[in-house]
Amino acid sequence: MNNDTGMIDRAATMAAKATPPRLVRRVRGLSDKAIAWLFIAPTMLLLLVINIFPLIWTIQLSFTNYRANRPNAEVVNVGLRNYERLLTDPDVWIAMQTTAQFVFWSILLQTVIGFTLAYLIDRKFRGHAFWTTVILIPMMLSPAVVGNFWRFLYQPQIGLFNYIVSFFTGIEPSSFEMLGSVSLAPWSIVIVDTWMWTPYVMLICLAGLRSIPDYIYEAAEVDRASPWRQFWSITVPMALPFIMLAVLFRGIENFKMFDMVNLLTGGGPGSITEVASITLKRQAFEAWRTGPSSAFAIILFVAVFGLANIYVKALNRVKQR
Amino acid sequence: MQCLNKIALGVSAAALMAAASMTSAKANELTLCWAAWDPANALVELSKDFETKTGTKMNFEFVPWPNFADRILNELNAGGKLCDLLIGDSQWLGGSAENGYYVKLNDFFDKEGISMDDFAAAAVNAYSTWPKGTPNYWALPAMGDANGWFYRKDWFEDPAIMADYKTKTGADLAPPKTWDELKQIAEFFQGREVNGQTVYGAAIFTERASEGITMGATSAMYPYGFKYEMTPGAYDMEGAVNSEGAVAGLEMYKALYKCCTPPGYTDSYMGEGLDAFKSGQVAMMMNWFAFMPGMAKDEKVGSVTGFFVNPGQTIAASTLGGQGISVVANTDNMDGALAYIKWFADPEIQKKWWALGGYAVHNAVLNDPAFPSSQPFAGDFLVAMNQVQDFWQEPSYASLLQAMQKRLHDYVVADQGTAKEALDNLIADWTVIFEDDGKL
Amino acid sequence: MSGLSSAHSVVEPGIWSKRIAGTLVVIYALITMIPLLWIFATSLKSPPDSISYPPKILFTPTVEGYCNLFTTRSRQTQDYIESLGPPANVCEEIARDRSMVVVGASKYWPRFVNSLVIAFGSTFLAVFLGTLAAYGFSRFKVPLADDLLFFILSTRMMPPIAVAIPIYLMYRELGLSDTALGMILLYTAVNVSLAVWLLKGFIDEIPREYEEAALIDGYTRLQAFVKVVLPQATTGIAATAIFCLIFAWNEYAFAVLLTSGTAQTAPPFIPTIIGEGGMDWPAVGAGTTIFLVPILVFTILLRKHLLRGITFGAVRK
Repeated sequence: MNNDTGMIDRAATMAAKATPPRLVRRVRGLSDKAIAWLFIAPTMLLLLVINIFPLIWTIQLSFTNYRANRPNAEVVNVGLRNYERLLTDPDVWIAMQTTAQFVFWSILLQTVIGFTLAYLIDRKFRGHAFWTTVILIPMMLSPAVVGNFWRFLYQPQIGLFNYIVSFFTGIEPSSFEMLGSVSLAPWSIVIVDTWMWTPYVMLICLAGLRSIPDYIYEAAEVDRASPWRQFWSITVPMALPFIMLAVLFRGIENFKMFDMVNLLTGGGPGSITEVASITLKRQAFEAWRTGPSSAFAIILFVAVFGLANIYVKALNRVKQR
Repeated sequence: MQCLNKIALGVSAAALMAAASMTSAKANELTLCWAAWDPANALVELSKDFETKTGTKMNFEFVPWPNFADRILNELNAGGKLCDLLIGDSQWLGGSAENGYYVKLNDFFDKEGISMDDFAAAAVNAYSTWPKGTPNYWALPAMGDANGWFYRKDWFEDPAIMADYKTKTGADLAPPKTWDELKQIAEFFQGREVNGQTVYGAAIFTERASEGITMGATSAMYPYGFKYEMTPGAYDMEGAVNSEGAVAGLEMYKALYKCCTPPGYTDSYMGEGLDAFKSGQVAMMMNWFAFMPGMAKDEKVGSVTGFFVNPGQTIAASTLGGQGISVVANTDNMDGALAYIKWFADPEIQKKWWALGGYAVHNAVLNDPAFPSSQPFAGDFLVAMNQVQDFWQEPSYASLLQAMQKRLHDYVVADQGTAKEALDNLIADWTVIFEDDGKL
Repeated sequence: MSGLSSAHSVVEPGIWSKRIAGTLVVIYALITMIPLLWIFATSLKSPPDSISYPPKILFTPTVEGYCNLFTTRSRQTQDYIESLGPPANVCEEIARDRSMVVVGASKYWPRFVNSLVIAFGSTFLAVFLGTLAAYGFSRFKVPLADDLLFFILSTRMMPPIAVAIPIYLMYRELGLSDTALGMILLYTAVNVSLAVWLLKGFIDEIPREYEEAALIDGYTRLQAFVKVVLPQATTGIAATAIFCLIFAWNEYAFAVLLTSGTAQTAPPFIPTIIGEGGMDWPAVGAGTTIFLVPILVFTILLRKHLLRGITFGAVRK
């Protein structure tokens, strides 16, 4: 099915929905209202129990010195001290900066490579459907399980990665350590993240490219616009909302990033790759400083919630197209 | 898709029912939790005797060292029922005793006639008692251990290498007695061609996530005079943790890391060290005594491996390892768990434990005149166990360890700041933790 | 990707443009496959081959990695090994060649079963609840519907470690720590948000006229839902189910923090497969291979709906 006809189909469905004929009210069986609540309530209940109640509990704990590994210790209300300590703790800010750098670099790489790939696939060469599916595979796999194996690929001497780099550059494979050196460790994570999630950005960009109606290009051909000009004045702006969507989605996911970093570097060497999730895990589940880590969790919640808000607005804009 | 959908629905319904029925009671079963390493597998072999004698089915839950503390302390805190018996680290005693995670064993020992005097005193103090030095027993010493060294005897005894060492350094090539000698030997081997392969000086602990670099660096710092407190129990760390000796010891460890480790050993612990040593990459390896029985049996390097006690510098000292076996208070099979302890404390079983590769610390084993010659590392083991020093065993040990891991790794591996700064910062971190605990 | 094979009418790319694009994409695809091929190759290597330098491309395949994955072994003296009977199977034989004895089964299989139970259980619940809620949101005027939907979506945005703190405490109180039930409930809660959003999109696409016709024919609402809407939504439900399944199958952060053994799934277990020294890479490769195969199959089944799934239904083509 072509894309513009798809859009028209959808528009037609939406139009049909906007003016539904009045339903015949049924007395038999449950009323619509009852069914609506009956259907929605279980989901809401589950989310209340597993999401909202714990969230409220976290807020309450964030004002205490509670420790999950000291059930017998007295719990003291410490007011805002946890928040004060966190927001003035240089280590927390370093973790936030580290996180921001990861988000920036991995998204930049993913967007550039992902868009390029989408553009190439949109050339519709023979077998492109098959190769697209092949490219998509990494993003479906478990970041933890595959990330763990990357640790092996990154080993100096025995790992394949260093060997391939040395094959192409002539650098001695044991002369650099991707995971252990202060300057390379952050890149080792960016590389795996890019390997894994470029297909994601590619897929969304591809949808963006396909959403551009042919007649716009046809009109440009008539105006004798160069391919270069067509690319910058038609392709990129028309696909931009989709790229933004991909960036936002990856932004939120990378902000939460835990699995891969935990398995690749565990935050090391030193604290060079310690992203916010790793700091939080260490505080909450190794040092068992439950109160302060609850405060940290709330700070992260607020940050993600802000992102989510922007995200949903953007989502709706893409949908309106 | 329709067909797939039906299959998915059917399978998931079945899975849900299976999940519901999975929480069946385990009648005559015991689960023992420990770290995943050589001695644990030997314990599985040893426990077959207990299974035949009592008809109890033994399950084992072994977690690799880097995840061991994390996962098992998580399990204890969660009040889980995974472990009936736990061979836990010495540093966990404080927290587990105070929170009631372990069963206090004094009454049981009295009733069954198990005497702690039958075990090496240092081991009982380290692995069983809390508060330290009082006769309150929370575990039976299961496995004595200390940090020691492995070396390539065939290289050390190679005439050509020995002669070269003599001309280069003026000294005889032999297992080092001090950290200075150790570094000199490591530098000598670093980058050398042995049997056509480039080899390196030493594999040491640099692991970041759990306890690796702390256990490794303290092995250098204790001999230089590093202490935790000026006066025991007073938490006065200034002048002890950052003493000149402590700084010198830490600088020595970093120097050894910088000069003489194989490439890529930036986050390595026991396992990585063993790999380096077995593949013939290093002349020396720091590692726990626990691995010596397995190494001596190794089909490739077993016959050419020698062992030595952690070298001294100003004093003789070794970093303590080893664990006691405790009964988890939450167990559903208390009688079975206690029966296992009783069986394990039996001198005959302790002897078999040593024979299979576990470090029994029962006097019936250690005081046997044949003991020092029973294995090439047995004599060294007795020496090491008499000079051990341990990390804090405080209930806040995890936070204390985490701070030390960070400060040491930042300094040694990530090249941040100086040794003095690292230790000063460590005192600051520890002070906050002790203040939060109300101990300062 | 239904539009993949269709061609633009006038702006069809030239033959060279196609060839160059095709070559570049194929090169990229082959490069991204290297890590996966290496995982599979490693699973068939012997432990010494797996850590040889330089890495071995050609090697004699062995099942040792798979043996090591499913067994635990102990190194023993030659005398002790000779005192035992002859090896019972190929794995024991391999172990004895390395002067070890097989002392029992490893934990890989129980962990794999846990993964199956928890992934399928939570998927079933999430899709069941999600279908109902999606129908409710799609067909009825629900007060504050947009806010509720946003709330449902935002629950998925929370960092898992932050969520795990209170869940850990709550499960400790309820006795749900390290239980399959606890994990099923948690994954259901996380997945239900995706399920509601996706299924709402699918149900929105089913014309209301069908139900209205059924209602006029004397069906009740409930009957119309079961007999008219559900069959129409089958494809959507199946796609959603596979998405939920993949999430639950791959999940690591909650699993590593909230399970310790009884209910532990494969992802936190696989990185802890160690040999005598460090990681037993052939066994890790074997465990990873077995773990990834179902996902490969599902990805291929799902490829038409992938885009919709990963964007919460925002992009459909």
